[in-house]
Amino acid sequence: MRIRVGHLYPEYLNIYADRGNIAVLSARARVRGHELDVQAIGMGDAVPTVDLFYVGGGQDREQELVAHDLAAKSGPLREAVEAGAAFLAVCGGYQLLGRSYRDVAGVELPGVGLLPLHTVAGERRMIGDVLLDCAWAGETLAGFENHAGRTILDEDAEPLGRVVSGFGNDGESGFEGCRYKRVYGTYLHGPLLPRNPWFADRLLEEALAHAGVEARLEPLPDELEREAHAVSSARARSRGGRF
Amino acid sequence: MAGRGGGTTLPGKLLWKLDPAAIDALATRLPQGSVAVSATNGKTTTTAMVAEILRPHVRVAHNDSGANLVSGVASALLEARDAELGLFEVDEGALPEVSRRVRPKALLLCNLFRDQLDRYGELELVAGRWRAAVAALPHAQLVVNGDDPQVGALARPGGRVFGLDDPRVARPALQHAADSKYCLRCGTPYEYAAAYVGHLGDYRCPNCGHARPPLDVTARDIELRGLDGAAFTLVAAEGEARVELRLPGLYNVYNALGAASLALALGIGLDDVRDGLARFSAAFGRFERIPIGDRRVLMLLIKNPAGANEAIRTLVEGAASRVAVIALNDGIADGRDVSWIWDVDFEPLLDGLDRLVASGSRAAELALRFAYGGFDRDRIEVVPALDAALDRGLELTPAGGELTVLPTYTAMLALRRTLAARGLVTNYWERAA
Repeated sequence: MRIRVGHLYPEYLNIYADRGNIAVLSARARVRGHELDVQAIGMGDAVPTVDLFYVGGGQDREQELVAHDLAAKSGPLREAVEAGAAFLAVCGGYQLLGRSYRDVAGVELPGVGLLPLHTVAGERRMIGDVLLDCAWAGETLAGFENHAGRTILDEDAEPLGRVVSGFGNDGESGFEGCRYKRVYGTYLHGPLLPRNPWFADRLLEEALAHAGVEARLEPLPDELEREAHAVSSARARSRGGRF
Repeated sequence: MAGRGGGTTLPGKLLWKLDPAAIDALATRLPQGSVAVSATNGKTTTTAMVAEILRPHVRVAHNDSGANLVSGVASALLEARDAELGLFEVDEGALPEVSRRVRPKALLLCNLFRDQLDRYGELELVAGRWRAAVAALPHAQLVVNGDDPQVGALARPGGRVFGLDDPRVARPALQHAADSKYCLRCGTPYEYAAAYVGHLGDYRCPNCGHARPPLDVTARDIELRGLDGAAFTLVAAEGEARVELRLPGLYNVYNALGAASLALALGIGLDDVRDGLARFSAAFGRFERIPIGDRRVLMLLIKNPAGANEAIRTLVEGAASRVAVIALNDGIADGRDVSWIWDVDFEPLLDGLDRLVASGSRAAELALRFAYGGFDRDRIEVVPALDAALDRGLELTPAGGELTVLPTYTAMLALRRTLAARGLVTNYWERAA
């Protein structure tokens, strides 16, 4: 099966090794007999029909450069998500999926409005290893966060996970990320997917479902992945950030 | 006191804690004042090159062990009480404080790359701190790399701008890890007539015209000789000289060109600059060949995408070995965030390797990088302990062969300690004594 992936602004939002996430999705699809077809969606481009969207993080400067263009794509992106497309948004991309992002200088950037949240940049950056408990999946996620933005979820919003160690969305709510239908937003990079293979497979399964194939992917041995996850989790437990 | 066990910043730390202003006073005692060198990549090597050029001319206080925060500068000042000139390698984040204290008469600013975002924050923040530091020193002579948009923008009259002038050695396209890709003024992507290392090159904004400033000192007719060295023609107002380097790679041409530009600005003659650069071998751990029995270790420091890409480019062009030990630590000095390994183009190196030993505290993470980069998992060994990884790498290397070792900063220090304990290299604190 061909899995169509739309990578938003790879030229601008790529600060935390986001191509690692794509490499993992691509390799894990391939060993199960599927092919990832990744296309870049850039400034001014129309939103194509894809099974999975991906958007990474950038510095404030790059985020400013893309924010208005992304907001202009809001309509087709929301339609795609309502029609079952999967979406992974990391760090800056996560912030831009909310309603708005206000940077340190007080400049307000528009968001896509896909996720029920808004973000305000704070004075102190939240930097460090993070471990999340994702009870909804019976799994954990380990990663690294580095953000000045404090993301505030609406009351009825579903977080991606509960923070075991680290700052999370705002350093105080105890929540990290947000999920809605097949959309996942998170501050976790590192990159996220190599050491959290269950999450990569879930995204692939959901993308396949959108493409019309409802199937569980066969598990892989994932020895290195488990080891990397264990080290990263231990790091979060011993030195995850807190205010 | 500084001689025991490499505690190179202890006296300086004490002084800084007890009486921070004493550093300012020590610096003002230097009869010829101070000069400072900063960059993301190459600052240790570049400063060591300047020291070698200056050696016959002036006694310097030089923080040559890589201790480049305020405390390291203080230690160098304390140790070299008869020095005439201060020559300080300065951490890019520490530049404002160091320059406020020692008031350098000249600053050599080489490059700004994405590095340790967990420690420094975004590139823009560091660039902003540099702008403020430079503005606070209105009389200092600025020697800047014009090929880096952020650094070239700091140029001002009375200083010097250096850059490469040889499109034959340019990259066909900007690398994945290129950082300052967008016009400083209007945000449009720059167009490059030549991209040399990362985002360093001959750039121009097609929208507003912001471009590389005119160059005062250039490197022309660059000759890269694999792992054996490099040569270039140094062109300046003083004339031209053919420079022979024992260090390989285009990034070392940048280091040498920066060092030469600073030395010329300090009034050193062109021939003395050329001779000093020709004498220079290497700053410790940056590029070292160490014989071990009937094998050899080739060690190159890797610490961020731009630097690692250049190390790999040099290795590949020099026909590197078939076995490599790559070591990733995640201490504060390495960067706790290890995501940068995914921005390094390891693939050209992997193509030529039979076996790979992944080591360091994040060995498994590194192994994943190679596995997802297409390297067969069966040919990767995960050996977190550095000394065991070195031994395993040597075991896999045929007799008479060479083992490539690419460590991050603290892994490099630990490996050198292992080699020193075996009597194979001298410790830097012994050498510096």
